[in-house]
Amino acid sequence: MKEKKSGLSLHKTTGLTAWSFIIIAVSIIVLFYFYPMIDALLLSFKSGMGANLQFVGLDNYKRLFTDSTFITAVSNTFFYLIIQVPVMIILALFISVLLNDSNLKGRGFFRTAIFLPCVTSLVAYSIIFKYLFAADGLVNMLLMKLHLIADPIQWLTDPFWAKITIIIAITWRWTGYNMIFYLSALQNIDKSIYEAAKIDGANAPRQFFNITIPMLKPIILFTSITSTIGTLQLFDEVMNITKGGPGNATLSISQYIYNLSFKYNADFGYAATVSYSIVFMIVILAIIQFKVAGDKDA
Amino acid sequence: MHKIKRSLTYIFLSIVSFVSIFPFLWMIISSTNKSVDVTKGSLLPGTHFMENLRNLLNTTDLTTALLNSAQIAVITTILALFIASMAGYGFQVFRSKSRDIVFNIILLSMMIPFAALMVPLYRFFAQISKVAPAIGIDTLSAVILPTMTTAFLIFFFRQSTKMFPKDLLEAGRMDGLNELGVFIKIYMPTMKTTYAAAAIITFMSSWNNYLWPLIVLQTPENTTIPLLISNLGAGYAPDYGVIMTAIVIATIPTAAVFFIMQKHFVAGMMGSVK
Repeated sequence: MKEKKSGLSLHKTTGLTAWSFIIIAVSIIVLFYFYPMIDALLLSFKSGMGANLQFVGLDNYKRLFTDSTFITAVSNTFFYLIIQVPVMIILALFISVLLNDSNLKGRGFFRTAIFLPCVTSLVAYSIIFKYLFAADGLVNMLLMKLHLIADPIQWLTDPFWAKITIIIAITWRWTGYNMIFYLSALQNIDKSIYEAAKIDGANAPRQFFNITIPMLKPIILFTSITSTIGTLQLFDEVMNITKGGPGNATLSISQYIYNLSFKYNADFGYAATVSYSIVFMIVILAIIQFKVAGDKDA
Repeated sequence: MHKIKRSLTYIFLSIVSFVSIFPFLWMIISSTNKSVDVTKGSLLPGTHFMENLRNLLNTTDLTTALLNSAQIAVITTILALFIASMAGYGFQVFRSKSRDIVFNIILLSMMIPFAALMVPLYRFFAQISKVAPAIGIDTLSAVILPTMTTAFLIFFFRQSTKMFPKDLLEAGRMDGLNELGVFIKIYMPTMKTTYAAAAIITFMSSWNNYLWPLIVLQTPENTTIPLLISNLGAGYAPDYGVIMTAIVIATIPTAAVFFIMQKHFVAGMMGSVK
């Protein structure tokens, strides 16, 4: 009996010690992530300017569907997603496969060079791109000198080209980042699989589609989801390259929330509602990721 | 045929590398030129770097911004590493059902986008300002506090702790160290590479953080490097030479971290998939 008791008390003290290791971190996460999320949920049922908030039920959620600026921000974000994520992933995959060839000279240089954009801050590279893509900027000068275009392209002030500029910028910044993931996954593929395929007469494209792509499926999925989540939260680039313009042609959802809260008359209630729309989209993506990853284990 | 393919590979990779590096080269070259020459598209290094630097120092709060950014990044990194590694260690070494549940709930916070946090966090700090203005709106503490730890870092340390040899912990306990002693004297020194990788991730994201400081910092004496660059870039009559000099200075710390610790850098990135 006595022994059992002392065993129990020892267990208790280790329990306390164990909790003391994690309590600070847990408190911070609760205080700065979960509490704000609950506050935002409550806020999303209220409306009004600044601190004068009144309960309005589901009005904010109804407003989402008739708010043309919100619809523009969502469709811009999806435009970026649908074009930028696949282009970047295919480009990164292609580069990694080329770089995975051990007979290639200068691999280290190419790898470092292509990864280099990742060391820049989002704000810094955005400003550089804004100047490079100005109507009288270097990109237009170069294209005109090469006689690829006759007149300068309005990269920043034309609604279509402004979106393309944002996509080019993000692709520049993140292709090398994704490449590193693919490169390390490629190194884990057993070389003998390719040898066997060669003997069977499979050419390079067939090897790529029948071996490389299926082997890299989990990491491709991982990078697609992280890139998608990143794009859903796009802010720094749009804010610094185009400020969401011309009109609202490049406005992202994050920037719209920022504008609603801190630029015009603060409508925190409605801003919280818009922010829950991003949470909703990310949760759906996470469920997809979880489902697919779960299939793999089964 | 093989030779042609080989050359095409080199040409393609050279073009991609050039596109990747060019904006850096242009930034460095432009920081040595006068604004007029930058607008003319000059691609030759000039001699105006010192003049641009002087103008930058005289017309902006560069020194303040550098000091603030460094202060925020260093304090955040030290706090985040200590708090998150303790938690990651705790969750792994003292595993129990209840703590596993707490860990999984903590992981959920990784899905919360900052876009959803900015409004409630701002309101939260506005409330804090009323009782403790020293850590409220427009203070560096308000930037540091919400980033003091992240679920990702806790996860990262927990994953790394799985590889940590249990015998070492036992040996420490035998030597009469208490649990905190084991953690500080045995775990921390052994896990140097994990700490290095975590430090890089945290330092970089803190140094480059833009949206939250943009919301919570308001006065020039509390500005940070990304805010300063963003403001310069938004000006109507930009001095390109000066702005590029500012961007060069802002990029030096992160580029240095990258080149000195390339291995840890990649290890830190990969930590998120393992």
